Amino acid sequence: MTTDESQTDWTALVFRVRDHQDRAAFAALFRHFAPRVKGFLMKSGAGATVAEECAQDVMATLWQKAYQFDPERASVATWVFTIARNRRIDMLRKSLRPEPENLDWGPDSEPDQAEIYEAQQETQRLGRALAVLPDKQRALIERAYYGDLSHSEIAAETGLPLGTIKSRIRLALDRLRQEMT
Amino acid sequence: MTIRHHISDTVLMAYAAGDLAEAFNLMVATHVSMCDDCRAQLAAFEAVGGAVIECEDEAAMSGSALDATLARIEMMPQATARARSRAKGILPAPLVDYVGADLASVGWTSLGAGVRQAILPTDRRATARLLYIPAGARMPDHGHRGLEMTLVLQGAFADQNDRFGPGDVEFADEGMEHTPVAEAGEDCICLAVTDAPLRFNRILPRLVQGWFRI
Repeated sequence: MTTDESQTDWTALVFRVRDHQDRAAFAALFRHFAPRVKGFLMKSGAGATVAEECAQDVMATLWQKAYQFDPERASVATWVFTIARNRRIDMLRKSLRPEPENLDWGPDSEPDQAEIYEAQQETQRLGRALAVLPDKQRALIERAYYGDLSHSEIAAETGLPLGTIKSRIRLALDRLRQEMT
Repeated sequence: MTIRHHISDTVLMAYAAGDLAEAFNLMVATHVSMCDDCRAQLAAFEAVGGAVIECEDEAAMSGSALDATLARIEMMPQATARARSRAKGILPAPLVDYVGADLASVGWTSLGAGVRQAILPTDRRATARLLYIPAGARMPDHGHRGLEMTLVLQGAFADQNDRFGPGDVEFADEGMEHTPVAEAGEDCICLAVTDAPLRFNRILPRLVQGWFRI
């Protein structure tokens, strides 16, 4: 493990967990993501004990559902966020959140390295863009994701570069629809 | 299908963040199942969540947390891919889960003049229902106390402002008065979600309101 985590290939680590039940790879993912998930859950209103418990749960889910991770659609951080969000909803809100119909990307969809790289880079870029937003604006976005705002308080005009992500996914969906017809 | 009326960014972001009541979650999940544009935009808003996690201040885990988690993993049953619902006819997968099977299994309640509704089981912070409006029929004149979203599943309707076909979502706000009319030709079936009871402008529907939770 290098100390500079910004260059770590989280996707490769998730694949090592998925394919080889690799505990060292899992430990590296755990050291990076578990404290962040715990921090995230505490800002969502969980006490330290509950947040610790839930963060362990989120990381265990990452192991268990590693086969579901699709690195062309989302970065590891984004995937971890969705697991943490669902755990928070289960635990703190007790409200159901139905998911959209699952798209069948097909058994032959060999992961495209360029797409995978792009998806991981997007999170890095978004992270940097988030970090340089004015404090007030960043706080508003974070509070929305902590579950702290009602939808009428949400400012969807984030000032973040979301257009590129939308276009990339949209193109992938177009390709999928063409294959399906 | 060409969808012209989409879920607003605000509501998509709230769904990505996990901030909505169940009935609105169902609305978003159903529309996204029909609309690749909103599916892509939703992925972008989920990526913001990823960036929030990535930038999050770390809260130290206890010294034994990793071992405890590995022990927990040992105890977990083998993950089995849960069979996820597929669309049935005009019902996208998320609605199939709420209706139970297909359109034929919906337990409709008559609202008069051929208009029918079926309330779907969600938590009480908001209400979701299916509406059945015969071709050419009008919905009772009503205003809104809260937010209402109506998604067309079959047929089409028009109000004073616009026309809504399959996949389109109409967004109606506080104070807006409108009288949607189903287009001639095909009966119109919609998913409608409100965070407050509707207010009807005529005496009879007002009485009915208490009975039917419309």
